[in-house]
Amino acid sequence: MSPWMRALLLQDYNTRVVLLGTIFLGMSSGMVGTLMLLRRRALVGDVASHAALPGVGFAYLIMERIHPGSGKWFPGLLTGAAISAGLGLLCSRGFARIRRIREDAALAITLSLFFGCGVVLFTMIQGLPSGQSAGLNEFVFGKAAALLQADVQLLAVASLIVLVTCVALEKEFALLCFDEDFASVNGYPVARLDLLLTLLVIGVTVLGMQSVGLLLVVAMLVIPAAAASYWSERLRTRQFLSMLIGGASAGLGVLISAAVPKFAAGAVIVLAGTALFVISLLFGRTGGIVWRLREQWNFRQQIGLEDLLRTCFEVLESRGPATGPSDWLSELPISKAELEAARDWVSGRLPYLLHVACYQGLLRYDAQGNLRLTSSGRRRAILAVRTHRLWERYLIEHAAETPETVDRRADRTEHLLRADAVEELEALLPQIERPMPVPTSPHETAASESSLLPRPLLKAEDQHAQ
Amino acid sequence: MLSDWSWLDTWIVVTAALAAMSCALPGTWLLLRRQSLLGDAISHSVLPGIVLAYLLIDQLEHAGVVTRETALLIRHPCLFAGAAVTGVLSGWLSELLSRIGRLDAGAALGVVYTSMFAAGLLLIRLAADRAHIDPGCVLYGNLETIVTDTWGTTGIPRAAIMNGALLLLNLLLLLMFFKELTVSVFDPAMAVSIGIPADRVQQALLACTGATVVASFESVGSILVIAMLVVPPACAVLLTERLSRVCWYAAVIAAASALGGHLAALIVPELTRRVFNWPELGDATTAGMMAIAAGCLFLLAWICSPHDGLIRQYRDRWRLQRRIVEEDLLGILYRRGSLLHEVSFAADLGQLMKQPPRKLQPVLDRLCRAGALNLQGGGYTLTAIGMRQAESLVRSHRLWESYLAEHFELSDRQLHNSAEQFEHFLNPQLRETLAEELRQPQQDPHGATIPPANPPASQS
Amino acid sequence: MSVVPPVSSTAAVPAEMSSPPVESPAGELPLKVHDLTVAYHRQPVLWNLDCQVSSGSLVAIVGPNGAGKSTFLKAILDLVPRAAGEVEFFGRPYREVRQRVAYVPQRASVDWDFPVTAADVVAMGLYGKLGWFRPVTRQARRQALDALERVGLAEFAQRQIRQLSGGQQQRVFLARALVQEADLYLMDEPFAGVDAATERTIVQLLQTLRAVGKTGMVVHHDLQTVREYFSHVLLLNTRVIAAGPVETVFTEENLRRTYQGRLSLLDQVGHQLTLAERMPRS
Repeated sequence: MSPWMRALLLQDYNTRVVLLGTIFLGMSSGMVGTLMLLRRRALVGDVASHAALPGVGFAYLIMERIHPGSGKWFPGLLTGAAISAGLGLLCSRGFARIRRIREDAALAITLSLFFGCGVVLFTMIQGLPSGQSAGLNEFVFGKAAALLQADVQLLAVASLIVLVTCVALEKEFALLCFDEDFASVNGYPVARLDLLLTLLVIGVTVLGMQSVGLLLVVAMLVIPAAAASYWSERLRTRQFLSMLIGGASAGLGVLISAAVPKFAAGAVIVLAGTALFVISLLFGRTGGIVWRLREQWNFRQQIGLEDLLRTCFEVLESRGPATGPSDWLSELPISKAELEAARDWVSGRLPYLLHVACYQGLLRYDAQGNLRLTSSGRRRAILAVRTHRLWERYLIEHAAETPETVDRRADRTEHLLRADAVEELEALLPQIERPMPVPTSPHETAASESSLLPRPLLKAEDQHAQ
Repeated sequence: MLSDWSWLDTWIVVTAALAAMSCALPGTWLLLRRQSLLGDAISHSVLPGIVLAYLLIDQLEHAGVVTRETALLIRHPCLFAGAAVTGVLSGWLSELLSRIGRLDAGAALGVVYTSMFAAGLLLIRLAADRAHIDPGCVLYGNLETIVTDTWGTTGIPRAAIMNGALLLLNLLLLLMFFKELTVSVFDPAMAVSIGIPADRVQQALLACTGATVVASFESVGSILVIAMLVVPPACAVLLTERLSRVCWYAAVIAAASALGGHLAALIVPELTRRVFNWPELGDATTAGMMAIAAGCLFLLAWICSPHDGLIRQYRDRWRLQRRIVEEDLLGILYRRGSLLHEVSFAADLGQLMKQPPRKLQPVLDRLCRAGALNLQGGGYTLTAIGMRQAESLVRSHRLWESYLAEHFELSDRQLHNSAEQFEHFLNPQLRETLAEELRQPQQDPHGATIPPANPPASQS
Repeated sequence: MSVVPPVSSTAAVPAEMSSPPVESPAGELPLKVHDLTVAYHRQPVLWNLDCQVSSGSLVAIVGPNGAGKSTFLKAILDLVPRAAGEVEFFGRPYREVRQRVAYVPQRASVDWDFPVTAADVVAMGLYGKLGWFRPVTRQARRQALDALERVGLAEFAQRQIRQLSGGQQQRVFLARALVQEADLYLMDEPFAGVDAATERTIVQLLQTLRAVGKTGMVVHHDLQTVREYFSHVLLLNTRVIAAGPVETVFTEENLRRTYQGRLSLLDQVGHQLTLAERMPRS
């Protein structure tokens, strides 16, 4: 059986244990990470993890001193780590209260001071006969494969506590992250909530050190939360997704590292998270780059089509007064040359737009190769012209616009008006009678009389379309 | 311990000091820009660059493109280049991420540098058979061994030359661009408006930081570089309020922490072994001790800072409290005995001040020494000096009461309480402005006489 | 006299504003803004601003909160991107005449804990003239001290800037603009949160500058003092409501129109515009 199959089928007892443990960890850190990201304190986890190092060293030395050989007792080391991480965060709070020291500097100072302590302690421990094999380096670089069943039980219990706390205090934490002052005014114990959240961070950090290593544990807090932010704008969903992504990256990382001998689990877990993050960044439903680009593309295309249809309308309008309300727009052919001349098109834009318009059934070619508006094209053309002219009027009346410049100005922004804004425009321009025709153009168009499209025409077109 | 100080120790200190000083200069600007954690990010993300460069050279050597000698020769510059590229890349990537990904700046930094660091670690594991890179060395630095790697026959460590060169470069840039840096960090909008491209200056600063971090990580380790980037400048801003001095102080503090760090590395383990009778304990790294030394200097600066250090704060508070007690005492004596000159005893005063007499005794003694009080038969009377001081105080008190009474509708009690507090904070100038505004009143709202303004001090 | 609407838009603006522009001695307008439109992240949107300022005038920019007064200054100085419009200082683009324009930002815009003295901050005004690589000369320092003297802060020259009061900080900024010896001074709310002495100093200085033919544009909040301090006024609320000499333009009717509320549709469309992230161009 290939190592891949062994890993994927969870043949090894060890892999199963490790997988379970790290997934628990990933889920709880994803949960807490979302909150920390929202509080804009994403890097506090980094300080906590670096600050935990001397605690591990001290705990080892103390235990070794009391009872030689017992230095590697896991819960003891974790306690030391947690205490020292807590001290570190306290320290950074204290530093940040000095007037000239900002929060970023306070964090950096704490981090380097504590890490320096840790490094010194570790090098001193290396001299001890038991120190060589103490495996304390696992705390720095992580060694998920060394997880034992007892560790996993600890991880599971701790993760459960974290998850339950986050779910139970969901709205309190949400308020804390969103508007601390408001929470405080409303009688929430902000300081205690903050402390609790910090404790959760410390807990996750300390537990994560064993599997991903202290240098990378901050990734477990930051990356899933950041990735989830591209999928949802609701806190609850985001937390859930972040939990999912955290768990998934942990699981993926462990499986890959089990299958490929040289892949260290910690690094692979982080990189799996990074991969998920990049996917989210690109394809995330809220704010993902691809979607945003697509929206922009659609928007540009819509603008182009509206411009094209409006140009068609104006070309037809310029041929002279309409003979009847319903036929002058409908079946008259328009030549490409006329369209070309009616407007300054960016080169290549017109053929493309014509193609799209034909594809969408707004225009069609007749037998002579001329263009004709279809019924839906007609409807959209009328709407576009209507919006354009209403907006022009509005700008002239309310925004100190001049008839000379208004066309260009309106051209740029009219596409942003939605249906409700158009209604509002009508209400704001009382001197135009209702039911409202397409208002005359306030500036000279080719056909200066003309072009009052009565509103009933729109209705008629609607019916026609149905 | 110190008895066997050798040339090697000297070189360790020199190399470390050069590295620390070269970091402290750009670090000052990072600190002032509130981007201290950027140093952290850069120092983590140099790892993949180093490993990739190492592997590349290794491959080239294996493929026979370069000879072994050339490989040795170009290894250092290549590692430097690789690290610099990824270091700057991380800064640039996280900025990009926070812009197009609309992510919080801290989070963007976190995502980028952890990913790059993880990639670096993975690469090291993958290449473990061929390349012997100890991640520990990259992280913690390896001062003790790199000083043995000397340049030719000069006996000067290669690392010292490298760090020295970077220090010179940073110094030169600092001197050349001091005013441009100042204005673009202090007020970017203004910088742009007078034609200094603030964003480009800041990008250059980032590149400079990257290069410095890369040059120093070998000596102090990639994590502890951040200690040298941030802590000495942080000390310096606590100690002085002049920007040029901040830079010099930071450099000096950085050098001091290098020296202190190495001394501590020599002394502390030995001391611990003796104190705890634990001979097996190993030696401590200089790099780690440097971070601790810098941290201790920071704590020291915090305590001793001339403008807002802890000592200064406590001293000011204590002095103010003492002055208030003294003035209150004089005021009480004045009100009770200005006409009768009757003698007051410490016990009476204690009752009036609602404080135990033993607490008042030192204050009374001080006032006697200052010549404000006279001790007569166990009781106290005001001297002429004391009388004048008391008059000023009572004048402040009553003027303030009059002022409040004119502009607010307060009860007598409220008037008195407010005046009790503010009488200590009215300096002579304010007092006379107040009197002027109230058209030199003779009586306060309770009908008591307001003492006249003191004659000039020269008549005393 | 000097803030005049463009001739083309007479139809849309009240008649009293359309007095003809008086040519400045140099024959060029200190500031000419045409068709300025700004749509910026979460910032107020400016629509189609047109205005001209001729030299020797003191212009108050007046409008309600969020009307885009600060954004207007930032936009003409290229500090925020413009969606459209042309801005000319002394008939040239801003890049070419930076030295002739001095900008006094809002006090809150910088870090007052920064380790510099008042004199250092003032000397910053000369950095642009000194050029790259050159250290701050003794003469520059002297100029800075002179400027501090003019704003009545000579004795505070060596203080760290945090130790100054709000009004004094504002005067330091003013001194920094003074050393630039510019011809046009743009000030963003210099009177916000300052003491009476500072307000007097600033006003007197502005008057002095005006007397020697310099021009000032000041974002101003206090309607009571507009008539007393300024010669011209620019009433702004996402668009120019009215502009011109104080006597004719600063009327109750115009103020009512300025403060009567925003055009909700302009806001809506502006919002759409920021969502779309870019001004669509055909």
